[in-house]
Amino acid sequence: MTSNLALDIVIIALKAIFLLLILLVCAPVLIVLERKISAFIQDRPGPNRASIGPIRLGGFVYIVADAIKLFTKENFTPSNANRFYYYLAPAISVAVALSTGAVVPFADTLHFENVSIPMQVLPINAGLLWFFAIASLGVYGIILAGWASNNKYSLLGAVRSSAQLISYEIPMGLSVVGILMAFQSLDLSKIVEAQGGLLTFFGLFPLGIYLGNVWLGIPNWGIFLQPIAFIIFIVASYAETNRTPFDLAESESELVAGFHTEYSAMKFGMFFFAEYMAMVVASSIMTTLFFGGWQVPFFSTAALQQFSLPMMRIALGVTILVLIMMTLGLYRFFLGQKGRFGDSRDSEGLILATITGGLAVVVLLLLGLTFGLSDLPTWGGVTFAAVVQFLSFFIKMFLIASTFIWVRWTVPRFRYDQLMNLGWKSLLPLALANIFVTGVVILLMNYFTQARGGV
Amino acid sequence: MTIKVARPSEDIKEEIYLVAIVKGMGLTLKHLLSNLFNMRQLPIVEYPEKQKQFPAGYRGKHRLTKREDGSVRCVACYMCATACPAECIHIVAEESPDPTIEKRPARFDIDLLECVFCGMCVEACPVDAIRMDSGIYSITDFNRKSFVITKEELMNVKPQGMPE
Repeated sequence: MTSNLALDIVIIALKAIFLLLILLVCAPVLIVLERKISAFIQDRPGPNRASIGPIRLGGFVYIVADAIKLFTKENFTPSNANRFYYYLAPAISVAVALSTGAVVPFADTLHFENVSIPMQVLPINAGLLWFFAIASLGVYGIILAGWASNNKYSLLGAVRSSAQLISYEIPMGLSVVGILMAFQSLDLSKIVEAQGGLLTFFGLFPLGIYLGNVWLGIPNWGIFLQPIAFIIFIVASYAETNRTPFDLAESESELVAGFHTEYSAMKFGMFFFAEYMAMVVASSIMTTLFFGGWQVPFFSTAALQQFSLPMMRIALGVTILVLIMMTLGLYRFFLGQKGRFGDSRDSEGLILATITGGLAVVVLLLLGLTFGLSDLPTWGGVTFAAVVQFLSFFIKMFLIASTFIWVRWTVPRFRYDQLMNLGWKSLLPLALANIFVTGVVILLMNYFTQARGGV
Repeated sequence: MTIKVARPSEDIKEEIYLVAIVKGMGLTLKHLLSNLFNMRQLPIVEYPEKQKQFPAGYRGKHRLTKREDGSVRCVACYMCATACPAECIHIVAEESPDPTIEKRPARFDIDLLECVFCGMCVEACPVDAIRMDSGIYSITDFNRKSFVITKEELMNVKPQGMPE
């Protein structure tokens, strides 16, 4: 048993590191993406100059520049701040943002010959409760920051944030009750499993068509079962992560910078990171609850494992096509850019085109290798299914995170009283009505299944 | 008597926010995509490499004009310093060696951080000694002291890139 215990610990540690990597990589990428998206929405090119040698990557090198800047700036502490809490606040924000994601399943349970690994850092059966419990602690970071800075504006930001959290936690919790009633579980991996397959017309027949091997139609995702819950949840998540239109804690046009006015250097950087990590976690929870988590539409885990070889070939082929198109595009970009900067940055397009071209050749070789195999071993199929499921999860999560950015640069900030009106007078009754309607539908469905001679 | 302020009509579409927000998101998405695929057509100037031509009359960094013999044209009459609303011109006068001219500035300092670039000094000058036609609009340096420019520096400012 001891060897098993050691193995378990290693597996859990690996999963935790994997989750950390996802969050720590996504946050800076989202920061640059936010700057680029905001720029394009406002008819600007955005950051595009910083370079490592000739490589600019369209501004993504700014990740490195930002990190160096934040680490080397003066770490200023106001003289009247409560030092202990002042230093504790950004740590709380980051820790909460990191630990919230622990319950999100990012692929189906891996079944090898003698071990099965749940792809969740924390496979508990009350995952949703964990999310609510930990995510709402995040506001402590903001309140402590505002209180300990000993600054009017910081305190105002913190007070607004706490009031906002109280108002929006309730509709958020109530909106999820609808999801719980639909999927009958608090366990996030069970919720995701229930979202495989197709949406059924009140449990009578699936809404879709059968094509040879697969069913095509509307997948059984939370957003189709509970659209109103989704709207309430997404609005409440924006409020929970302090993103525009609900960024009253920061409200830079009124409160200087709100709760992080007095923070500089990496202490500010930690708040900044925590915001984006909270965004990633909120997006992954939204993916899990409403967009089928790791479910690949129309393909169950078993189907993915069974058809792993032909699917791998198709995937590699598509990758080659994409890489070739990227190579051509980059070469065209190189020709169009000639002499723009007058230094090595001009050759960036050519260098990147060489890299993508080389990758295309490598993938082509891999594709050739797959034709040498008659069938994949079992572990290969299992791994392939897990990778595809993770990619499915990741793409959904990233699209939702981009929606956060998109909304931020579209909708102006709500006024404080409008925020309260929306939370208490619109979202709360709407969430209650949603629960009521869901309950009635479930009761009727049970009644009819029993009447038809079911259980 | 109370005045009744007309409220904006309560349109159901705006009351429930969602329709209006989705419309707005469509607009921003249109901008995002059209700019993403036509990056060359962005209405921008790539600043350090390309610089905009400013129209004649644009007020840039000050300069002191010279006579034919190269001496400063200024007669230290203090008109510009008096007209200056930002009080950024500091003149110390001295006697001119030329018997036909009464005074000349010993020091003529302009604090560019105080200056509001209003052009009052140019308007006030009776002898056309101070001008703002240098075309230098990007005034940058590392410390505050170097933004105070002296008579010699003002006389050496070369007008650049201004249409006549």
